[in-house]
Amino acid sequence: MELLNFFQYDFLLRALIAGSLLAVLAGVLGVFLVLRKLSLIGDGLAHVSFGAVALGLLLGIYPFYISVPITALAAFLIFRLGEKAKFYGDAAIGIVSAVGIAGGVIIASLAQGFNVDLFSYLFGSLLAISWSELYFLLALTVVSLIFIIYYYRPLFALAFDETAAKALGVKVKFLNTILLLLTALTVAAAVKAVGVMLVSALLILPAATALQLAKNFKATLLMAAGFAVLSVIFGLAASLTYNLPAGASIVMASFFLFIFSYLISYLRK
Amino acid sequence: MSVILKVEQVNIDYNRIPALKEVSFQVESGDYIGLAGPNGAGKSTLVKAILGLEPLGAGSIELFGEQLASFSQWEKIAYLPQKHQYNQLFPASVSEVVLSGLAGLPRKAKQGAEIRIREILTELEIASEEYKLFSRLSGGQQQRVLLARALIRRPELLILDEPTTALDPQVREKFFSILSKINKEKKTTIIMVTHDTADIGRYAESLLYLDRSLVFFGLFSDFCDSKKMQDYFGDFSQHLICHQHDH
Repeated sequence: MELLNFFQYDFLLRALIAGSLLAVLAGVLGVFLVLRKLSLIGDGLAHVSFGAVALGLLLGIYPFYISVPITALAAFLIFRLGEKAKFYGDAAIGIVSAVGIAGGVIIASLAQGFNVDLFSYLFGSLLAISWSELYFLLALTVVSLIFIIYYYRPLFALAFDETAAKALGVKVKFLNTILLLLTALTVAAAVKAVGVMLVSALLILPAATALQLAKNFKATLLMAAGFAVLSVIFGLAASLTYNLPAGASIVMASFFLFIFSYLISYLRK
Repeated sequence: MSVILKVEQVNIDYNRIPALKEVSFQVESGDYIGLAGPNGAGKSTLVKAILGLEPLGAGSIELFGEQLASFSQWEKIAYLPQKHQYNQLFPASVSEVVLSGLAGLPRKAKQGAEIRIREILTELEIASEEYKLFSRLSGGQQQRVLLARALIRRPELLILDEPTTALDPQVREKFFSILSKINKEKKTTIIMVTHDTADIGRYAESLLYLDRSLVFFGLFSDFCDSKKMQDYFGDFSQHLICHQHDH
């Protein structure tokens, strides 16, 4: 009951709604990334977002507004590098990621004075989510879900076997581009909530948890979104009850759910 | 019989090393062609080129009367790639995999798919597996599911890339007899890549033998009498291949 009383506060309710929207987004997109062995793209884009936040602080622009386009641009760069350059996709992620974080550190060292603000983005603050960020998340979730429902079968074919999908006439380049763009926007929004260091956990853990239990692809997507929302609820509750950082509590809740699902899957065998 | 595939003077290079050299042939509706050749002969490259997955260095490919670059009737074509390309941990049910064959098709082509899936799975003797996880099936069952994914498109041209690799002989026989039935009863044109020249001769009526350039294209029976092939394989090898075919 005491926990429910917390939600009388506007900022807590906002945090819960924003966290849940983020959870649905990251949970569903994470399934596609994990299955296509692109799990670390979230980490790479989060590092770019860190550089973008530093640039925003330097220029006096609200960091979120500058990190959205820059992270999206980085996603395209990863895609193009992986496609055109003579190395694998994970190397492209590594390059873009390192450049992002190096850029952030250089800007921070040159500017001096906003280090406290910048480093608050390392671990995020879900409780400090603004209304404009919440509306952005809401719009992003609606657009992403419409995209995934409308292109469900081609997206499945692409995740299952990209070569065969191309031969089926699936617009592979278009779908890859939109998926990466949605991932980039999700990461840009998630950095504020859970921080640069923990974004990839939000994309990977719910998907990995669902993969332990699901019997088909549709169930995997639904379970990943469900587990991610549960992680946010449990994490926020633990954060408020024990005065712990929200982002880290959400990730730990997500990890415990993963262990739980792994044990169930193990016992089933 | 109408020509549904015309390959003319196709060249493809990888880092200036020719993978295909001046390959020309044409396939008529209802043909069953075995595409054979040694490792690195360009068999998979040719298939990918036909499917528009590999850019041509020179030459042209025409599908169902349309140039490949502007080809839009992909619903007429189905492809069964090599087995090792799948992520064996993918959480997909059999019916989800089969229905994914409809991805990229116009809405009209998807009508009645839910009924068709049951018919196809029954025909391939895997109806009882419909809701099982694809990854839990045996290799032979998985290949039949992937064949079902190709067949749900009701293709006029079915292209298979070494579909029976890693299957045991009994399952392989079954798979081949299903393909023969599809070719005879539904008049589906089949092009099947194989490195087993002897095996394919027992099912396909025609053989296209590739070794970067076209070595032989014609009826399997003509291949056995061909002087060119005798020179290529040597007396003994050709005798073995054609002897097996007789049985």
